[in-house]
Amino acid sequence: MLKYFASRLLTFLPTFIGVTLISFAFIRVLPGDPITVMAGERGVDPARYQELLQQFGFDQPLIVQYWHYIVGVLHGDLGKSFVTKKPVWDEFFALFPATLELSICAMFLAVALGLPAGVIAAVNRGKFFDRALMSTALVGYSMPIFWWALLLIIVMSGWLGLTPVSGRISLLFYFPRVTGFMLIDSLLSGQKGAFTSAVSHLILPTIVLGTIPLAVIARQTRSAMLEVLSEDYIRTARAKGLSPYGVNFVHALRNAMIPVITVIGLSVGTLLAGAILTETIFSWPGIGKWMVDSIFRRDYPVVQGGLLLIAVMVMIVNLTVDVLYGFINPKIRKR
Amino acid sequence: MSLKKTLASGLMVAALMASTASAKTMVYCSEGSPEGFDPALYTAGTTFNASSRTIYDRLVEFEATTTATKPGLAESWDISDDGLEYTFHLRKGVKFQSSDSFTPTRDFNADDVIFTFDRQRKEDNPYFKVEGGSWEYFNSMSMPDLIKEIVKVDDNTVKFVLNRPEAPMIANLAMDFASIVSKEYADAMLAAGTPEMLNQAPIGTGPFKFVAYQKDAVIRFAANPDYWQGASPLDDLVFAITTDASVRYQKLKAGECQIMSYPNPADVAAMKADSSLNVMEQEGLNVGYLAYNTMQPPFDKKEVRKALNMAIDKKAILDVIFQGSGTIAKNPIPPAMWSYNDAVKDDPFDPEAAKKMLADAGVKDLSMKIWAIPVQRPYNPNGRRMAELMQEDLAKIGVKVEIVSYEWGEYLERSKAKDRDGAVLLGWTGDNGDPDNFLAVLLGCDAVGGSNRAQWCNKDFNDLIMKAKVISDQAERAKLYEQAQVVFKEEAPWDTIAHSVVFTPMSAKVEGYNMSPLGSVRFYGVDLKE
Repeated sequence: MLKYFASRLLTFLPTFIGVTLISFAFIRVLPGDPITVMAGERGVDPARYQELLQQFGFDQPLIVQYWHYIVGVLHGDLGKSFVTKKPVWDEFFALFPATLELSICAMFLAVALGLPAGVIAAVNRGKFFDRALMSTALVGYSMPIFWWALLLIIVMSGWLGLTPVSGRISLLFYFPRVTGFMLIDSLLSGQKGAFTSAVSHLILPTIVLGTIPLAVIARQTRSAMLEVLSEDYIRTARAKGLSPYGVNFVHALRNAMIPVITVIGLSVGTLLAGAILTETIFSWPGIGKWMVDSIFRRDYPVVQGGLLLIAVMVMIVNLTVDVLYGFINPKIRKR
Repeated sequence: MSLKKTLASGLMVAALMASTASAKTMVYCSEGSPEGFDPALYTAGTTFNASSRTIYDRLVEFEATTTATKPGLAESWDISDDGLEYTFHLRKGVKFQSSDSFTPTRDFNADDVIFTFDRQRKEDNPYFKVEGGSWEYFNSMSMPDLIKEIVKVDDNTVKFVLNRPEAPMIANLAMDFASIVSKEYADAMLAAGTPEMLNQAPIGTGPFKFVAYQKDAVIRFAANPDYWQGASPLDDLVFAITTDASVRYQKLKAGECQIMSYPNPADVAAMKADSSLNVMEQEGLNVGYLAYNTMQPPFDKKEVRKALNMAIDKKAILDVIFQGSGTIAKNPIPPAMWSYNDAVKDDPFDPEAAKKMLADAGVKDLSMKIWAIPVQRPYNPNGRRMAELMQEDLAKIGVKVEIVSYEWGEYLERSKAKDRDGAVLLGWTGDNGDPDNFLAVLLGCDAVGGSNRAQWCNKDFNDLIMKAKVISDQAERAKLYEQAQVVFKEEAPWDTIAHSVVFTPMSAKVEGYNMSPLGSVRFYGVDLKE
């Protein structure tokens, strides 16, 4: 197992270097430099422009700039934001718990509903329940996030008054940040009603962000289950007189899990992409919104550092998925 | 901070919250995050609303509803006859705010004023390079060239000595970059090795104290009990950062905030019909325009420019693009600004006459480019659509228009070029309410090849605005600017399109809120009805 893990870890290195290159190049390929964007209509005089170029290090050749960047990264220094003048690292970790909390909840929702829905649909193949479920999944998958979010806000918050409109917690609650996870911090604060408020603020964004992964997981589980259910050993299990629950959830689902886990792993990338829109609409102070703002402002250090950190997160998730394969199917780690 | 300490302070805050459960709290749904809290370092209005207009004061202040100036931290001032010396008499007994890490030992005085400006202009000031030290507004208002020295006459008197007379100087000192910071606090933070705290945990003399900022989510302020004009009727002020306009509206309706910024124009009618809301409106201090390149034939002929202006249906643009949230512009300065010349007649919309004018000028089969602004601005909510409407209008008089656009940074840079091909859609939002800030910046000879996108240098016009810049009598200046607007209309270097109208929707419970033509949001004097 250790050897398998080490071999997976080795593939990390070239990917990491690739990501630093892409994140460095990506923002520079976009036309317009941060100084002119910052100055706007007001403009900046040529002498001042040169001064700022020097200050930001843009007067140096690209290769030198990349070298400085990579040396910084290796020393754990991702630079400072041009706009807020704060270290990228600090900004990322101030915001990341919010994204992580939302993503975990969304993923939990997607798996908790998607897996059983997929299994039930597969077992009831071709029946009304299967069709209804799969059509709903298709709708969920195709729904534009911003539209779905606004619709939920208008109906759930505007008309029915069931949930708050946006934010992470009611503004009446105020306590210092301990972990950055609002569910935990609200509990630690000891303030009455804080936890309930944090939960109620999570409902809509969780539904919105979880919708697409939910649809994908349900569809993937269904098709993987259908394949497994037609295998001989399932017939044997049924013939042995095992309960349908035992056959479906113990024997079949375990073998159907490999493609499902792949999809769950891949969904993390989708989740982060979806977080950009979800966070913007729900005023959720996470990294999605932060990245978008930084791209518009051509805030090079933030875009570079942010992309790198996000890529590393996705890589870690993929590594975890690879390791999980090994647990679920021992054949894989022996290969 | 250790977990134990954090928890202890959390409990303290909780206790405080419980004891002030009846505190009057106003929530403002703002449109974005501040870049920081030291207004001199930044240029965005969103940043100023959360810093200079809440936490700080200036020597001179703008009136709440006009661009006129009034005494602030300076009780009065004298200007020397040659216009080179401005002596400010400072208000006594003004206290800086205190925080967990700082308690002032003295009142505001001349040292604070000198420090405020020295840190932006003197390289040997220890704060000159702090937080990147990009004092963009101070630089863009030419303050480094303008200020010769700042002299402390005594503890309560400061003299600014200038290199040349500058009539807008008083208005400049009412701008956000001139917010007065505490030298005592700055020294204390420098000694503690944390000079960036000046930007991150601001201390001012203003109506609200900074309490906390949770990035991209919430900014909390508390009323300053020692405010020199008297404490605010509100106990707490909260900015709930909500970037999406539709969501801000939903929050306002749900009572999650009491005031919101920038509504969608399409929502304004519904907001006005809602009896629980109140929608205030104010003409923005801005102008949107189409600037011809007056250096390039045939646009060097004023007849051609006028003919094109007459072919463009501005009323249609206003209805389609601004959806009622704008007014037609006839002058390069907005109506809310002093010296606005209402006697000027706009070129009428008359395609037939325009066609004839073009023919008389000897122009046939004219093809031109119109540059569509790629971003949404208050003075132009949809550049592409605006360019398309102009394209349709001009086609009717036989002018073929090709629409081009670039990324925003590129657009700004390329549109400055003297040999630029085409007319460019752009606009301007005023900084200090002084006409010089529009007329000289956008149409002066010195700005050709820069912010004068029409590349227009007219001697009559330039003489008038240059003369107006150096005399300090406002009535006299106004006369000169009025004449300059007549010359402008006659020469038509731009098609003046629109001034936007800014709406501020709020709960009907909000009292005492005023909209400033400068676009600044201020909560001092605002109250909530029970």
